Amino acid sequence: MKNFGGIATFIDRDDINTDEIIPAKYLTEITKQALKPHLLEDLHLEDGSFDPNSEGIQKASVLVTRSNFGCGSSREHAVWALEVNDINVVIGESFARIFRQNMFNCGILAVELAPEDLDRLFAIEPEVRIEIDLEKEWLRATGRDGKSVECGFSLNPFDRKLVGAGGWLAYADQQY
Amino acid sequence: MGKTITEKIFAAHLRDTPTPDNMVLDIDVVMCHEITTPIAIVDLMDKGMDRVFDPDKIKAVIDHVTPPKDSKTATQAKIMRDWARRHKIKDFFDIGRNGVCHALFPEKGFIRPGYTVIMGDSHTCTHGAFGAFGAGIGTTDLEVGILKGVCAFRAPRSMKVEVTGKLPEAVSAKDIILYIIKQLTVNGATDLILEFRGTVIDAMNMSSRMTLCNMSVEAGATSGVCLPDKVTAEYLWPFIQEEYNSLDAAVEDFQRWHSDDDAVYARTLQIDVSDLEPQVTYDYKPDKVKDISELVGTHVDQVYIGSCTNGRIEDIRAAASILEGRTIADHVRGILTPATPAIYSRALDEGLIKIFMDSGFCVLNPTCGACLGMSSGVLAEGEVCASTTNRNFNGRMGKGGMVHLMSPLSAAAAAVTGEITDPRRFLN
Ligand code: SF4
Repeated sequence: MKNFGGIATFIDRDDINTDEIIPAKYLTEITKQALKPHLLEDLHLEDGSFDPNSEGIQKASVLVTRSNFGCGSSREHAVWALEVNDINVVIGESFARIFRQNMFNCGILAVELAPEDLDRLFAIEPEVRIEIDLEKEWLRATGRDGKSVECGFSLNPFDRKLVGAGGWLAYADQQY
Repeated sequence: MGKTITEKIFAAHLRDTPTPDNMVLDIDVVMCHEITTPIAIVDLMDKGMDRVFDPDKIKAVIDHVTPPKDSKTATQAKIMRDWARRHKIKDFFDIGRNGVCHALFPEKGFIRPGYTVIMGDSHTCTHGAFGAFGAGIGTTDLEVGILKGVCAFRAPRSMKVEVTGKLPEAVSAKDIILYIIKQLTVNGATDLILEFRGTVIDAMNMSSRMTLCNMSVEAGATSGVCLPDKVTAEYLWPFIQEEYNSLDAAVEDFQRWHSDDDAVYARTLQIDVSDLEPQVTYDYKPDKVKDISELVGTHVDQVYIGSCTNGRIEDIRAAASILEGRTIADHVRGILTPATPAIYSRALDEGLIKIFMDSGFCVLNPTCGACLGMSSGVLAEGEVCASTTNRNFNGRMGKGGMVHLMSPLSAAAAAVTGEITDPRRFLN
């Protein structure tokens, strides 16, 4: 199984939609790699705190956000845009159904946390590194100052099987 | 314990239950369009899995950017076309016969009560209007659907949305669904099926029911669904008359899909529409909805009438009722995109296209076009569009553009005055 976790980047907003994750104009691409430079290109936060070209996003393996991440279009391109930028975990309060399914279908993780736990993650001193223990359904986030936060999460058992199989295509090809 | 319509559909299609909460379903219709399918085709080819489970259950269309606008979109179309030929997919719709997927496939009679339908497109929920389970999926799900004819979903939980009262004049299904999304918010129905019930739904034609179900996903819902009845049977009659002795027999048969009286719902929402005003979105989320009176006077640069939400003949007739004998404001660019060739042709026969053209509208071929900002009608930075589509996300119709979602009547009113306008001003 893949290793999950690493440096985290934070986006403090609800309802980030798939047009913001990867704009429709890039849906004409037929390779995943072509999406790489365009991740979150159209995302603007009101306070101007997000820059798609920042180092934070380029170094990150984990994206931490708020509720209803990935709403809108069904485009799996949104997941691939994360994947080709080496982001293999998204942590949030909740996900749009299709986006969440697309993540597990690709064998990568969408982790749901309680809002209080998310607040604790957002409060950690950057740069944050997140370790994930899939077996124990537990994660630890550690800030630059060495202080850390731990919390548990739960995965749907079927989603866990998909991650174990390396995605839905591999799973379905064996089973059906 | 009773079952909802969706629970009945799931039970009838159950292939596997990998866990008690996860159900793998047999799929009756796998629909494909040229934005999300070519990448699935290429991936399956790379993996040596270029097969289809049943060419007759796959329906394919080129609709999002058609005719192609550049080499990349031409290549996407070519990949689809070659694939459809290679696998003898007979229901493949190319230029001249193509239209917006969620308008075209119902029109061809491909969707029936009790069916399971998937597509790599979030508005696949539209097909719930026929008493089917229709859900949008991503490309991996699409690949598995094409290859194996199955798809996994969580065990369905439903929200009953009961719509009653007397629908006021100039208030339509679009206004109702915008109002419902406002109540639910953009994730208020995540992982739920919206089951539309009540006297207002019973009285709706299929076009309105499709508008309603189409936007269920904007509240996060997995799908929307209406119970199949006489209206459904009448719409489908040309396609099902061999199967039933009479319309009544079809209506009776459809009742096996009706939710039981003691079915269990996760939530119930009651809406009385008697005092509902036309509704309009503001800002960049489909739950940012206001009564039109609060937005009257907002300047618009473009008016777009079309899409899987509101590009059907009923929508074109509604807009034409305001445009007839009037011209659109000088500064407005009006764009009409009938959703399918049959709708276009019908609109020509009824003289509606002439009304649009005389008023100053440009009439495009059936396509998604401006709806997703990929072609024909993209906005410039700072421009505003009054649109009958379903999404107002930031940048959806072009970077820096603003989209106000509304009904065809409200959009036509905005075209005439050049600003957001209560359509009731033009009635009678
Ligand atoms: S008309 Fe718009 S919402 Fe409908 S399928 Fe086309 S792009 Fe999607």
